[in-house]
Amino acid sequence: MTTIDTSAPGERAARPNMAQFLSRYGTFAAFILLVVFNLIVTPNFLSWQTLNVNLTQVATIVIVAVGMTLVIATGGIDLSVGSLMAIAGTAAPMIFMGTLLPIENMGVLIILSFILPVLLVMAFGWFNGMLVTRFSIQPIIATLVLFIAGRGIAQVATNGNLQVFKNPDFQFIAMGRIAGIPAQVIIMIIVAVLAHCLIRYTVIGRQIIAVGGNEKAARLTGIPVRRVKTFVYVVSGALAGIAGLIVVARNSASDANLVGLGMELDAIAAVAVGGSLLTGGRANIIGTVLGAFVIQLVRYTLLANGVPDAAALIVKAGLIIIAVFIQQRAKG
Amino acid sequence: MLLSMQDISKAFSGVAALRSASLEIAAGEVMALVGQNGAGKSTLIKILTGAYQRDSGTIRFEDEDVAFATPGASQARGIATIYQEINLAPQRSVAENIYLSREPKTGLGLLDRRAMRDGAAAVLKTFNLDIDVDMPVGHFSAATRQMIAIARAVTQKARLVIMDEPTSSLDEREVGILFETIRTLKNNGVAVLFIGHRLDELYEICDRVTIMRDGQTVAHSAMADMPKMELVRNMLGKELAAFQAIARDSGDDAAKPVRLSVDNAGSGVRVRDVSVTVREGEISGLAGLLGSGRTETARIIFGVDKLEKGSIRIDGKARSYGEPADAIADGIGLVSEDRKIDGIIPDMSIRENMTLALLPKLKKAGIVDRARQQEIVTRYIKALGVKCASPDQPIKELSGGNQQKVLLARWLCTDPRILIIDEPTRGIDIGAKAEILKLLRSLADEGLSVLMISSELEELLAAADRVTVLSDGKSVAVLKRDELSETALLSAMAHQVN
Repeated sequence: MTTIDTSAPGERAARPNMAQFLSRYGTFAAFILLVVFNLIVTPNFLSWQTLNVNLTQVATIVIVAVGMTLVIATGGIDLSVGSLMAIAGTAAPMIFMGTLLPIENMGVLIILSFILPVLLVMAFGWFNGMLVTRFSIQPIIATLVLFIAGRGIAQVATNGNLQVFKNPDFQFIAMGRIAGIPAQVIIMIIVAVLAHCLIRYTVIGRQIIAVGGNEKAARLTGIPVRRVKTFVYVVSGALAGIAGLIVVARNSASDANLVGLGMELDAIAAVAVGGSLLTGGRANIIGTVLGAFVIQLVRYTLLANGVPDAAALIVKAGLIIIAVFIQQRAKG
Repeated sequence: MLLSMQDISKAFSGVAALRSASLEIAAGEVMALVGQNGAGKSTLIKILTGAYQRDSGTIRFEDEDVAFATPGASQARGIATIYQEINLAPQRSVAENIYLSREPKTGLGLLDRRAMRDGAAAVLKTFNLDIDVDMPVGHFSAATRQMIAIARAVTQKARLVIMDEPTSSLDEREVGILFETIRTLKNNGVAVLFIGHRLDELYEICDRVTIMRDGQTVAHSAMADMPKMELVRNMLGKELAAFQAIARDSGDDAAKPVRLSVDNAGSGVRVRDVSVTVREGEISGLAGLLGSGRTETARIIFGVDKLEKGSIRIDGKARSYGEPADAIADGIGLVSEDRKIDGIIPDMSIRENMTLALLPKLKKAGIVDRARQQEIVTRYIKALGVKCASPDQPIKELSGGNQQKVLLARWLCTDPRILIIDEPTRGIDIGAKAEILKLLRSLADEGLSVLMISSELEELLAAADRVTVLSDGKSVAVLKRDELSETALLSAMAHQVN
């Protein structure tokens, strides 16, 4: 007999379930802990420079992870996001450098280099959705197709060559600032807020949760299950595309081999650490954002204190295990 | 005493589910556990098996204090639970299921398939079940699967087998087989805790009864010393105003226009030739034994499965829906048979669950109109008497009867013209049963057309204006109100079986 079981009713009621508490506030607590730890240990942590570095690095993770949250909320997963980033990231320079389209006007080319790559990867996202809904392929397999082929497509399109460029107009999304705030951070905030509102307040948002919560029941209440699922893959694709553009703009270079490499794992990790159930039926956008910050801060903390990137990966894996463990405990 | 639970209390988010409940079972005894929905039966069971932890009280099993942290722990100690939704692996063979996680091994540490097969066949034989143990479990009927689950419990040397509404998905013959099985268990000194609602069954198989009401155990008695009326009175805490109380209007059937007519419908192997009509403002019953194609007929009408033969007409116009969404747009609602699998979204709130079908009409520019949603939810919680802490409580925390009310409200708030309700009172206590049937009646009186699928004769007799009997995927009889009687229904159902 354990001590908890024999405790008096009053005492029991006063003590909240630890696992449930952690699953609700654990990510936030971890975030605060990391900040405090860094304030004490890491030199110059409290500076604009540090904030800037972390915010700009976390922006792409957040953007992709938000899309991933929606997909995971339906009970799916999107492994193709990293490869879709590479496709968008290689398509954009090809457009504004004029190698793809016979258009002279630079302004038009710049606008097209934002729009067309995103539309292109949305089409790939739609393809993912089709595989999942029409052909009933398990999401992990369906999106594995583009995880593999997507990067190949980007490499073939560039012959595997690095595209180097300097184009301040295009690079505004990574280098520019609005009211002193980096443009990519603003994009990140807009994406997160929109997704949060989508989930909380819109019909499609509630339908996403319902489909993930009980797909059969959802269909019987008239929810267009296939359309809802396709929608999340298209959104996930679009957000991966935007992230891809930001990455190449930040690097002044586009390397099909590297853009978005491993991003699917960071995104899934952010979702898991953020407290959304990987089995679907729940989407915690704020949690995902915090999860991405935690992952970013862990990496930063280790790097700033001289621990190599490879070791940071191990810590990241540990975090995911802890997050999933807490979720499981809270559920039971 | 094999099991003695004393003074068990448990509260969920401040609401008391159990107050000082107690339960005692002797070895080799069949104990009935009865009570209305929300009386606390499932909570008591879950505390016993370790799915929930009690707030206070003691549990003694085989003369030792116990507190199981998980269902696995209670199982290891000799308490097996056979749930309504039987937990077997449908794609694995009978033998594999029976020996799951305790597989016999050969000297080399490999699976001893022969021993598994022989052992499984032997244990099934003690229950007079002669089936191919190499077949996947999913291949067999619900009754057989239940028997396999019990056989599994026996091989685990269970001392106490808990059966949660074991007869709810069985037909009469299968119930007979189940009861034989229970008697065999009894003779071997195994105790059975039998949770059920059908009184006749309880009196047939149980030795003693424990009655629960409002989270308390209000009576313990030998079955023989407890007359039926007394049992029901204990359960409800008042004289039972039973089904007979449901008034029916005496209007002329033929005068009412036909809302839904299904003619010679066929789909797959389960529905071969079904014709049924529902007029405006009537409750049309659909009866038949298990597997007769009742649920499948509902699924065709609602656009879940495809209509392959025949026709479906709504208000005289031919319709064949590709998706439930199309049927809903035409004013049809379906309350499905299995709440857990086809009904509730467990983690979502009562509010969300109730308004799921209405959502598309609840939006302004894609955004859910919270004020209207709140207004509708409040109205239906009150109108149907849903017992809950708040509309934001997850639906999984409600009792079966209250979940059913929420699912009913899910459709009522869409203002349907036709409501198909599959086993409206499955897994619901007698008090709530009468309540739900009365509700359906008053809805019909207001003009709603109800197609009520039911395997409970009293329910059909009490509420239906007309009953269509299905057998083996075909409609074999239509009984009008004045022809309706238990004998008439039974003979119609039996007609094609023999």
